[in-house]
Amino acid sequence: MGELEHTPLYEEHKALGARLVDFAGYEMPVQYEGIKAEHDAVRNHAGLFDVSHMGEAVFRGPDAEAAVQRLVTRDVGRLDVGQAGYCAVCYEDGGTVDDVIVYRREDDFLIVVNASNREKDLDHFRNNTEDLDVEIADESDDWALLALQGPEAEKLLQDLTDTDLSALKPFRFAEGELEGVAAIISRTGYTGEDGFEIYLSPEGAPRVWRRLIDLGVSPAGLGARDTLRLEAGMCLYGNELDAETTPLEAGIGFAVHLDKEPHFIGQRALLIEDTQGLRKKLVGFEMEGRGIARHGYHVTSGAEVVGEVTSGTKSPTLDQAIGLAFVDPGVDDWFEILIRSNPVPAKAVPLPFYKRERG
Amino acid sequence: MSIPDDLQYTKSHEWVRAEDGTVTIGITDHAQEELGDVVFVELPDVGVTIGTGDSFGTVESVKAVSDLYTPVGGEVVEVNSSLEDAPEKINDDPYGEGWIVKLSTSEEADLLSPEEYEKVVEEES
Repeated sequence: MGELEHTPLYEEHKALGARLVDFAGYEMPVQYEGIKAEHDAVRNHAGLFDVSHMGEAVFRGPDAEAAVQRLVTRDVGRLDVGQAGYCAVCYEDGGTVDDVIVYRREDDFLIVVNASNREKDLDHFRNNTEDLDVEIADESDDWALLALQGPEAEKLLQDLTDTDLSALKPFRFAEGELEGVAAIISRTGYTGEDGFEIYLSPEGAPRVWRRLIDLGVSPAGLGARDTLRLEAGMCLYGNELDAETTPLEAGIGFAVHLDKEPHFIGQRALLIEDTQGLRKKLVGFEMEGRGIARHGYHVTSGAEVVGEVTSGTKSPTLDQAIGLAFVDPGVDDWFEILIRSNPVPAKAVPLPFYKRERG
Repeated sequence: MSIPDDLQYTKSHEWVRAEDGTVTIGITDHAQEELGDVVFVELPDVGVTIGTGDSFGTVESVKAVSDLYTPVGGEVVEVNSSLEDAPEKINDDPYGEGWIVKLSTSEEADLLSPEEYEKVVEEES
């Protein structure tokens, strides 16, 4: 194993007593106080995540828009400057390369990619746009990324900036300053709560981090990030999405514009699947019997294996074992999860498991 | 991290209290810290016989599933069924209210002393 990389907040994590683990080649905090306490802090107050391991690719040049249009499933021509969109990146056969957020800026496009897919994505982006006049820069090391999430996020962050955050709607972003540090402030997140993702220079990030911690924000690790996103019914690449899974199967059809022109890579395959029907479908489920479903467990109906669990945990908010699974399209709402050779009853439920009340 | 003097231990981070032909088994303070918030415990049925080194249940935290192993074979005479509703007792009081199972046994187990177990923990970290 090679040397693990560190984010600009590494010293902060050590000082806070975080438990650090290898994640996508980075030494990252999985928890500080404890996953449940951090999860509850985000649901009820505010939590601060270091997600600087995420990758940033910037598309510049006359054909920047044409390149992005070719690569992502959403029609980014419909995005305003200052607007962001969640989308998938697909192979020709419709399988998923990654799920990303595209930011439309004045002169370029910023695409934020999963850390574990960074090199694969950059290769895919460049290999498929060689005929276009576009420069694709990997700026992953030029940005720190903090996620401030929770019902108190806006009030807390407003103390640090002149940018009017109340005017920033979901999936809108503004370029401004925080504590005198240049920042992109984006009203996005991965927790099901209101909140912001904040792009900063690596040098300035610790100052902003410390200020927010001093204001009483709970540091939160990757453990809570996973339970929060799962309750919110959001996909995790590697669990719900991969090269063998299309975005339609993973339930993120809302991020796919099947009628898009110019066409994106994989559009034909997705149109065919949309017409002919899905090969598998993602369902949310709750355990009816005792036990917790985990990634990789089989879904059964009688003696037959009809699917596989992609993510599962005990939901801290609902105090209920929940999970996501791919099942055969014909499977009804009652099935079993095979937990250590025991079939334990489960039932399909609508997603998301948790939806915040909008104020 | 606490390692009480009056208990014996296993390399797989269980503690054992042996008294008059029964052994009480739980997981150590180090083990519960490593696991994090315990949210689920799977217990064996009373009356079942378990062989030396066998898995007799699981402890699950939010993130991880961890099997429980017995260093001595025997018959399950009592389980801490209060853990089904309050698994967090394993975090709060691993050597007391967080005990997991009692076995009746006639076997002599090959167990670690507190000093030996402390070395195991140090070597792992």
